[in-house]
Amino acid sequence: MTHSTAVPTKPWAKKPIDYLRNLSFFLVAILSAYVVVAITPMKGKLGYAFTFFVAYAFITSLFALVSLGIPAAKDAFIKSFVALGAVMTVIPIVSILGTVLKNGLPGIHLGLFTHDMSMATPTDPIENGGLLHAITGTLTLVLLALIMSVPLGILTALYLTEIRGKFSGPIRFLVQAMSGVPSIVAGLFILSAVLYPIAKNYSGLMGALALTILMIPTVARTSEEVLLLIPNDLREAGTALGGTQWRTVAMIVLPAARSGLITAMILGVARIAGETAPILLLTGGGDKVNPNAFSGPLGSLPYYIWKSFNAGSPEAITRAWAGLLVLVLIILILFTLARTLSSRNVARR
Amino acid sequence: MNLNANENANQESGKTMTTSVQPSSLSSVASANPQRTESQRAQGTGLETRGIHAWFGKNHVLSDINLDFTAGSVTALIGPSGCGKSTFIRTINRMHEFIPGAAMAGEVLLDGKDVYAPGVDVTKIRLQIGMVFQKPNPFPSMTIGENVLSGLKLAQLKVDNKDDLLEECLIRAGLWTEVKDRLDTHGGALSGGQQQRLCIARALAVRPQVLLMDEPCSALDPGSTLRIEDTIRELSDTMTIVIVTHNMQQAARVSDYTAFFLSEGGPGHMIEVARTSEIFSQPKDQRTENYVTGRFG
Amino acid sequence: MSTPTVSIPAPREITTEPRRSDKVFRRIVTAGGLSSLVILGLIAFFLAYSGYEVLKSEGLKFITSADWSISTDDAGNVIDSHFGLAAMLVGTMLCSLVAVVIAVPVSVFSALFLNFYAPNWMKKILISIIDMMAAFPSILFGIWGFLVLMPSVEYWAKLINRYLGWIPVFEVNPYFFTRSPFVAGVVLAIMIIPIITSVSREVFAQAPLDRIQAAFALGATRWAMIKAVVIPYGRSGVIGGAMLGLGRAMGETVAVYTVLNVVFQINWHILLGAGGNVASLIILKFGDASPYEIKALMAAGLVLFLLTLIVNAAANFIVKRTGKSGK
Repeated sequence: MTHSTAVPTKPWAKKPIDYLRNLSFFLVAILSAYVVVAITPMKGKLGYAFTFFVAYAFITSLFALVSLGIPAAKDAFIKSFVALGAVMTVIPIVSILGTVLKNGLPGIHLGLFTHDMSMATPTDPIENGGLLHAITGTLTLVLLALIMSVPLGILTALYLTEIRGKFSGPIRFLVQAMSGVPSIVAGLFILSAVLYPIAKNYSGLMGALALTILMIPTVARTSEEVLLLIPNDLREAGTALGGTQWRTVAMIVLPAARSGLITAMILGVARIAGETAPILLLTGGGDKVNPNAFSGPLGSLPYYIWKSFNAGSPEAITRAWAGLLVLVLIILILFTLARTLSSRNVARR
Repeated sequence: MNLNANENANQESGKTMTTSVQPSSLSSVASANPQRTESQRAQGTGLETRGIHAWFGKNHVLSDINLDFTAGSVTALIGPSGCGKSTFIRTINRMHEFIPGAAMAGEVLLDGKDVYAPGVDVTKIRLQIGMVFQKPNPFPSMTIGENVLSGLKLAQLKVDNKDDLLEECLIRAGLWTEVKDRLDTHGGALSGGQQQRLCIARALAVRPQVLLMDEPCSALDPGSTLRIEDTIRELSDTMTIVIVTHNMQQAARVSDYTAFFLSEGGPGHMIEVARTSEIFSQPKDQRTENYVTGRFG
Repeated sequence: MSTPTVSIPAPREITTEPRRSDKVFRRIVTAGGLSSLVILGLIAFFLAYSGYEVLKSEGLKFITSADWSISTDDAGNVIDSHFGLAAMLVGTMLCSLVAVVIAVPVSVFSALFLNFYAPNWMKKILISIIDMMAAFPSILFGIWGFLVLMPSVEYWAKLINRYLGWIPVFEVNPYFFTRSPFVAGVVLAIMIIPIITSVSREVFAQAPLDRIQAAFALGATRWAMIKAVVIPYGRSGVIGGAMLGLGRAMGETVAVYTVLNVVFQINWHILLGAGGNVASLIILKFGDASPYEIKALMAAGLVLFLLTLIVNAAANFIVKRTGKSGK
């Protein structure tokens, strides 16, 4: 038997000449940007970016018009805008991460994690004092908010996915509305409902209560999405084996959704870890490590950043950037954790 | 082809001849015969349905099903898609009521007692009437061993020797030799057919009198299907089995009795029920004949 | 054999009670599920209760006047007070509208890019980056906006003023660009772009694949397909996403406070360095407010709460409609 060996090809794939052409369009656009900026009053980064974009959109559209006709020209023209949109979305992120890293690194030293600010002021040299009180304070706030919001958030999600009662529609809307509550309003609410009439004093608990309000919707919505992914078969199988609803949920549905629920908690923590406005109103923001979250002012990263930033001296600004860097790193770690967990969750299914 | 399959099924299911209820009594007019009902109750033969109707919202999907399931027999429910077979078996163990808007009428008698009667403990009913689903659905958060024994935990049953029960159920489900060395691993690594046998073992662990199977092989390859059919035949010695299937050869291979359901535009109803050999060789109704000979459906 | 005619019985009422453990379970879960209702209700109640005194004495002037002043005697008793939110409300609108006008086109284009143009590997990376950006704290945007972005934005503002200054909203008199509503709007735009992008991306991703393929099979270019299938399908979803972004922009506090010059005077000129913002007002005045002024701030919080609630309700309504009309 003779058989010719078939070689797999991808006739639709881009060929070197296509890449070369795109590259040359790119270069021509850059060149024309230089020329235009040089001979017209336009100047600066904005001038280059603007002329480059116009030139690139024009050249690609013109090529498409000549080789493929009007619809293709339109397509190429829009494609430039679509790419521009993506670039404009990404530039701020890159810029933010870049500046935080650049300005924050000089302020990072080992003492940050072993000292608090009780013996230093923001305008002191950077070597004095540290972030210990802020980091422990933020951890305390997050932990308290977690303890209060996770049960309520998951119960809300369970109501929406397991009970499916007659309030499902309204509750789904209310959770959505709650996620839109401005953080300052949550702060004012705790101020008027708890701090003034009952507690009378600043404390970590007050801040955590406000953060709980902000965290519940994130936990509830993410948990709902996760629980909806649990196939109904499993609930039926549990019931068909003589399980009551409560035991089916507790022994089958929740364990099956475990890593997704953890993801929900992590996303909730990431949402509130850097929340500033209610912290400013409610915690009092001390400079000393305060092990008691239920009384006395509690420092935290956002408060520290805010205070240093407003102090205004170069040292203080460096402190603020260092604090931001630590905060961003915490959020990045939480986010990566949530991502890996949820992707593993999908992979196992 | 069908006929051959029938012969086999007949030979294998000779035991049905010894059961106390005559096949002819399994008919759609059973409810019109109260004396016979009384006598059956006395014998405690297992499962009977009386005038079962089912609705989804305003949609009447199942009309007036009267069926008696002889203890220790396998009854196959056949018919085209959407004729209400699955709905019917879900009314038997009260899984029907989980669908929003679902309603039913009629009685399901287990050992002569109506499972829908007020004050009945639904979860106990579901322990007595087990169910195997269309798609294998082992619990993902549990190991193979935990899966088999999950029913005990769910229903809070106490068992003296869990290891013996585990082994027994897996042997009966025909899975023991394949998994005995990896009971602590997760069920997700098993093949589809193995997963389905794991689900059968899981249903057996709570010792049901009746096992409902809703197209248990429709998601499986032919090899796995044959293994499950072996399992079904072995199980039928000790329990009553009701199996919904789209595969007529399967009905012919595993069942003692076959009921043919049809919807004809309105709610699904039962056209006829008889010994499997009769249904496939000399059905009384023209529609049954058309269906089993593949002329429609 | 013919089917015997059956008289259809009435559906049976299932009277079996669920087990007690299930009843308790359902009650607990329902109670937990109602927590959002309770919390929102309590927020409205307590803010209204705390702000009642001020709302009553100011009446409608609380939202129509722009005057915010309080004078006390040496003992701390209030002699005279005027609390009006008009300048703050106008400023809040301006900042958030600027943000939405900038953010929506960018977000829609980048959502289209993610769904229909980006190669798979890039798509995954971009989606996680954008989602992560949505979780960045507002204080980060505020400080970055103040120290990094503001100089550039002021330059852009001057350009706009030079070429489009004849349009009333772009007028700047006196010639002062620092910390204008436009600057705040740009910072807010950057904050809400991730939100609108991810809502739009999800809506676009729901566009039915069969219709997309049908459009391609008819010889459509990618843009023609998007215009014919994706945009009509996702339009109201995008509008809903924009409303969600608007709600977020209106309630944003710290970021706006950092980059906005709060002035108690109604100003419609977005490039002029004088703006207002309800949330920033609260932070600004809270530090040294007398108990009576705090009540006014509570009332301001109530107004802000109701405003975002309305915008969110509208967003929710519009997003919900997408699913129905599109199919």
